[in-house]
Amino acid sequence: MEPKGTVVLGVDPLIIHDHYEIDYRHSYAEDSPFFIGLSKGKLLGSRCTACRYTFATPRSHCMECGAPTAWHELPLTGRVHTFTTCHYGGEAFLKETPFTLILVEFDGADTLFLSRLKGVEPGGLRIGLPVAARFAKTPSFKVTDVWFEPADPHPPLHPRP
Amino acid sequence: MRPVYMISGGITKFAKAHPDKDFRVMVKDAYDYTLRDVPRFSKSMIDGAVGSYFSDHFTRQLKAASMVQDYLGLCPKPSKRIEGGGATGGLCFQSAWEAVASGRMNCCVAFGFETMSRVNTWKGNEFIALASDTNFDFPVGGFYSGYYAMMVQRHMHEFGTTVEQMAMVSVKNHANALYNPYAQKAKRLTIKQVRESPMVATPLTMEDICTMSDGAAVCVLASEEVAGKVCDRPVKITGVGSGSDAMRMADRPHGRVILLPHEQERDYAHLKYPGVHSFRGGRMAAKLAYQMAGIRKPGEELSFVELHDAYTSSEIQTYEDLGFCRYGEGGRFVESGIPFMPGLDYGLELPKQGRLPVNPSGGLLACGHPVGATGLMQAVFAFWQLQGTIGKHLGNDTLQVKHAKRGLIHSHAGTGTYITVSILEAV
Repeated sequence: MEPKGTVVLGVDPLIIHDHYEIDYRHSYAEDSPFFIGLSKGKLLGSRCTACRYTFATPRSHCMECGAPTAWHELPLTGRVHTFTTCHYGGEAFLKETPFTLILVEFDGADTLFLSRLKGVEPGGLRIGLPVAARFAKTPSFKVTDVWFEPADPHPPLHPRP
Repeated sequence: MRPVYMISGGITKFAKAHPDKDFRVMVKDAYDYTLRDVPRFSKSMIDGAVGSYFSDHFTRQLKAASMVQDYLGLCPKPSKRIEGGGATGGLCFQSAWEAVASGRMNCCVAFGFETMSRVNTWKGNEFIALASDTNFDFPVGGFYSGYYAMMVQRHMHEFGTTVEQMAMVSVKNHANALYNPYAQKAKRLTIKQVRESPMVATPLTMEDICTMSDGAAVCVLASEEVAGKVCDRPVKITGVGSGSDAMRMADRPHGRVILLPHEQERDYAHLKYPGVHSFRGGRMAAKLAYQMAGIRKPGEELSFVELHDAYTSSEIQTYEDLGFCRYGEGGRFVESGIPFMPGLDYGLELPKQGRLPVNPSGGLLACGHPVGATGLMQAVFAFWQLQGTIGKHLGNDTLQVKHAKRGLIHSHAGTGTYITVSILEAV
């Protein structure tokens, strides 16, 4: 609740509390099918109709050759390309710390996908870890409707060759 | 294009907060310092200005550069605002260079500022993270330190870079800053202290990461004619280059390394490039700047470097992009001691200490990072180095690089989305 009147935080110099809030009508525009796909348990990337370059994060035109892309269903399993565990974050995410970010690599895709990794044992995090997509039961139509968990609930102690 | 010279520069002390001064007065302070340093110069010689600040969210004032323009008394001369994330200052510097090089102006002022203290640190981190894709990246946990942590995690995986090597960058830059009164965070650290400071995003700790700041910086660029008239020791800008990469880190393709003159394709036969471990835009910027300046062996032909060390890891990554060592050797490069200042005691074994000092000022890690001012701050420090006036401006000459002939400044945005490299030379 915005307080009534002005909250003065200091007098020399004069510092006041100033609240700012805004509501957007945010359109996902040409990327809409990706977000609708998440609500159906699908992970949609893009494949170039000309050069076949395959993007794990969708875009409607190819970054390599400029031709239109077509929607391309990605496998629901991949591997950790890189990772970090955030102990701090932007204000919007502070209450969720610590959380783990990963870039996921998929067979058959040339680029990566940023997501959260959940359910990993401390010390179990490594590059190359097989991961599987999980989807929110109730979609919020945000990219966080998908996240990943280790694909094998009992990963071996040593990385497979 | 005609030759362009830097004839003066000024900065405010970067601080966590300057609640007593708004952005106009901060720039005015730096501007007045700049004018005092060239007494024969007069405001009537200024043909126009370029202003830089990163974020309308932080400033809470759109068209803020217009307010600076009028505050400095530069209306109705030409003016515009440059914005390019973390590289805002470097882009502003190059925009002023373009104005003079093209002949459009004989003298152009580049001013930059940022006021980051008006929101709490975590809201500030959120604002900065809005400079990542707001559909696909920001909602996942928008946090730049997290993005850089993922990049260096991959750098460690590919090349064997260690957290201790990263900590050495922190030790170096914070210790250099002990002799720079403009710096915000000067201190003597050990590798152990860097590693034991609070973990922010594995493997980056608080001491691996620069701080948000309030501050301003001003550079005056001029034609040969104006420079010769008003400045005893102008510095020539002999090379400018810039580059870019995809906004989303996830979109960085794998291709061939962009080679510098001293490198060969076989050096990188098995390297998937740039991936998320290297900055292709930084390499492009370096290549173009070296080409213009006629530099063939950057590791041997530069006297010092002021580069964008928002993270210790990105300083190591940038050694490689700039060709001071090969890709993958950045960690060993810092271990060798090459980028440290000669003659200073860092409490470390440094076999090749001081061959190419990097961030003698303390860089962003120690000076702070008031985004729109940062790239111009680097230009001001480089200008003083090449003039040989570090002692005059810092009050002591500990950080003066002896016989400084040629310096490089490097400004960097996003996860490597815009990068500028400029070469400055003593004349």
